[in-house]
Amino acid sequence: MPFNFLSALIVIPLLGALILLFIPRQSERAIRFFALLVTLAEFAVSVALFASFRGTAEMQFVERVAWIPQFDISYYVGVDGLSILLVMLTTFLMVIAIGGSWVGITERVKEYHLFFLALEAAMIGVFVSLDLFLFYVFWEFTLIPMAFLIGIWGHGRRVYAAIKFILFTMFGSTLMLVAILVLVFAHRDATGALTFALPDLLGTPVPLGLQPWLFGAFALAFAIKVPMFPFHTWLPDAHVEAPTAGSVILAGVLLKMGTYGFIRFNLPLFPEASQQFAPIIIALALIGIIYGAIVSAVQRDVKSLVAFSSVSHLGFVMLGLFAFNAQGISGGILQMINHGLSTGALFLLVGMLYERRHTRLIADFGGVAKAMPIYAAFLLIVMFSSVGLPGLNGFVGEFLILVGAFQTNVWYAAVAATGVVLSAIYLLWMYQRVMNGPLTRDENKSLKDLSPREIALLVALVVFIVWIGVYPRTFLDPMMPSVSSLLSAIK
Amino acid sequence: MSLSVPDLNFRVIAPALIVAITALVVLLAELVTPAHRKRWLGFASLIGLLVAAGATIGLWDANASAFGRMVVADDFGLFLTLVILLGAALSILLAIDFIRAHRVDQGEYYVLVLFAVVGMILMATATDLIVIFLALELLSLPLYILAAFKRADARSLEAGLKYFLLGAFSSAFFLYGIAFIFGGTGTTNLMKIADALNKNFSNDLVLIGMGLLLVGFAFKVALVPFHWWTPDVYDGAPTAVTAFMSVAVKAAAFGAFFRAFLVALPALDWRLALAVIAVLTMTLGNVAALLQSNVKRMLAYSSIAHAGYILIALVAMGASGASSALFYLLAYTLTNLGAFGAVIALSDGERERLEIRDFGGAAGKHPLVAAAFAIFMLSLAGFPPLAGFTGKFFIFSAAVETGWAWLAVIGVLNSLVSAYFYLRPIVQMYMSETATGWDRVRVAPLVALALVIALIGVIALGLYPTPAIAWATGGFIR
Repeated sequence: MPFNFLSALIVIPLLGALILLFIPRQSERAIRFFALLVTLAEFAVSVALFASFRGTAEMQFVERVAWIPQFDISYYVGVDGLSILLVMLTTFLMVIAIGGSWVGITERVKEYHLFFLALEAAMIGVFVSLDLFLFYVFWEFTLIPMAFLIGIWGHGRRVYAAIKFILFTMFGSTLMLVAILVLVFAHRDATGALTFALPDLLGTPVPLGLQPWLFGAFALAFAIKVPMFPFHTWLPDAHVEAPTAGSVILAGVLLKMGTYGFIRFNLPLFPEASQQFAPIIIALALIGIIYGAIVSAVQRDVKSLVAFSSVSHLGFVMLGLFAFNAQGISGGILQMINHGLSTGALFLLVGMLYERRHTRLIADFGGVAKAMPIYAAFLLIVMFSSVGLPGLNGFVGEFLILVGAFQTNVWYAAVAATGVVLSAIYLLWMYQRVMNGPLTRDENKSLKDLSPREIALLVALVVFIVWIGVYPRTFLDPMMPSVSSLLSAIK
Repeated sequence: MSLSVPDLNFRVIAPALIVAITALVVLLAELVTPAHRKRWLGFASLIGLLVAAGATIGLWDANASAFGRMVVADDFGLFLTLVILLGAALSILLAIDFIRAHRVDQGEYYVLVLFAVVGMILMATATDLIVIFLALELLSLPLYILAAFKRADARSLEAGLKYFLLGAFSSAFFLYGIAFIFGGTGTTNLMKIADALNKNFSNDLVLIGMGLLLVGFAFKVALVPFHWWTPDVYDGAPTAVTAFMSVAVKAAAFGAFFRAFLVALPALDWRLALAVIAVLTMTLGNVAALLQSNVKRMLAYSSIAHAGYILIALVAMGASGASSALFYLLAYTLTNLGAFGAVIALSDGERERLEIRDFGGAAGKHPLVAAAFAIFMLSLAGFPPLAGFTGKFFIFSAAVETGWAWLAVIGVLNSLVSAYFYLRPIVQMYMSETATGWDRVRVAPLVALALVIALIGVIALGLYPTPAIAWATGGFIR
């Protein structure tokens, strides 16, 4: 019997959380080490999964067990080229998140790691589910641990941010639940078979009048998550108030659930409606790119700057996905990974600064590079990755997206390219104000540079940032067959 | 003309009979039980309920009727019987220490609960409007007294009186409705009413009768606009009684409601009217719950909203509608009793924490009870993978299947609204430290047991609803 990689990936964090329950809450060191061990084991399994992944288009490592046979709902999981990188990203960023909370989190350490491990299982579940019911369960379940992480360990208006996060996401997903049911019963009326299995539902002859509604309901759920302009208003609140590791996972993984939803569900389930709505989606994506960049530029708080930059970057991803060509879609998927790495790293860096100075206002800094040269070096690399400097990961993703968009419509690419320029402006300007110039404040003079733990975390991130930038084929090759099969399905 | 002997098949009413006998035994034993041994009466009642549950399971798939088709033992009724017994047993577990703390430690408490249970079981299994009415009275009268059971407390007395006056009023409507239907069809038997309606359509008398019946049912399950009593009665009644009423009455009354409308009156066109009532009930219940600062009042409005969700299942009609309603009632019973149980567990003797802000910081002091309370709240809000989610899923699925997708949309938007107020106690417990006096809180073992049972049920029904939904699809004798 082959090793059930995907079930292992879902079960390991849950099992870890269960064992964690029995570690006494006073032994905080043991809790931290154990949680780190679990996430490392999880990452190792996902690497093994990646290594044994065959570069073909079909679903692999498929497992299917009947769950609610009355509705043909099953525990049905599998990965293909569209999802495997997101699984990898999740397991990798979780290690960073646990490592990044080592000294920053001192209260209720046990619950903190419990929620993180539960969150990891749910996120993996979202990316590997092939049953719409199962997908919905995991999708909704990610809300709870994340809301607790924001609400308990967050800053200032944490409760407000946590509730806003839940209600916004739920608004979209509840309508998606009805859309799932309508789709399932439309499929039953057409074929006579009641099923929630995604592969069976593909190609359901949805009545033409119904398609825009179903597309709209799914799209709304995912667009809120991405978040696309104008559904992004929850994001700055959630990001600014969340603890550092929460922001890393929120930006790195949870937002990708939205973009992933578009490629996994919207495009293949409703191809006609996707074509029909593409101009609207692209228009919103372009607005998001420009708007997110401009708003980032005027932020006074470094963390909100990074938060708004996500709106801009995710706009790129959406543009790529709805360009409907191989470059655009593969660039979009790669950019999801890139954004997870570089924005995750940015949030981590901002958090490191916050742990030292307990402020994130740009005006409170200046000349920090003199006190923290190693920190400055890492910030520079990560920033360039986010800006899209050739040789680093961001360039590859943005370039592919722009090539894809260019083939669809020259103007799409032209507008998006100004977003690249703007992102260089707001990030470099921030860097200049925070890191360069004279060290005027006494508090900043005594700042300690990075500890070995912090360097280790950042080195791990930078390794992938450079890897993807220099040799993206490691990551592009496995996804290409799935991308072409998706394209042939929607055209 | 020959005189036929009615089929006196006592096996069909065995569950109700066992509970009635238990009630009489406990009533007599109360006289000879010394004051400090009163809790044994509670245990005796639990045993009676357990035996009745065994008898109910023994009747499974019997599909028998008795007493001239006035009561039946079909899977629909038996499932509800089990839900009612479960609700009663859990509420007695919650009550044993509760009534002692509140110094109303009398055996009559259990006797009244047991007699109400007899009425409830009969109501869920009756197929004759007269029997439904008798059962309704049998379940109502003990509840009026139970609502006022804390007789030194003016609010409890007020609750009892209010419930009694309005309840009596609604019973009159119900009875009047029966008279009209009898006038229109010449029978009170549900199956015969259906036959009569099939032969002779468009009957104004029956239409009026149906409207009056609807008022009676709407009052008992708290549908808008007949819900006004609910917040006051739920708030004023002792918490253990509220817990019992909020779940068991709903199960019994919805059972008769479904049976009357699906067996006797399917030929009439009531679906759109009930759909409108469902929308009003869900929306008003949830919006009003948003404004509450008191947990009991919040749960009262939430119970109104849940009645609205269940009504969607009736509008959907058909097999999937009825089975989803049964599953929902089971899920709701476990979740709601759990929620009230957590409120009782976190109270300090007679001093109850009833304001939502009173729960501030509970997670730090009583992590297990707080976690259970949070899980019950999330289940009520409909988060997966909990019973409340699967319940809503089955109901909305039934609605979409039968072409009522718009009703499902309003339902899910309502559960979005409800998420906000269900999250408030969680926010208090986990993200605030406002309340004090946690050191004096001692969680009684029996209450803890009830919480554990409810918790296991809520999680199991969420993760693996398959067997329960299969049992709920037994259907009823038409």
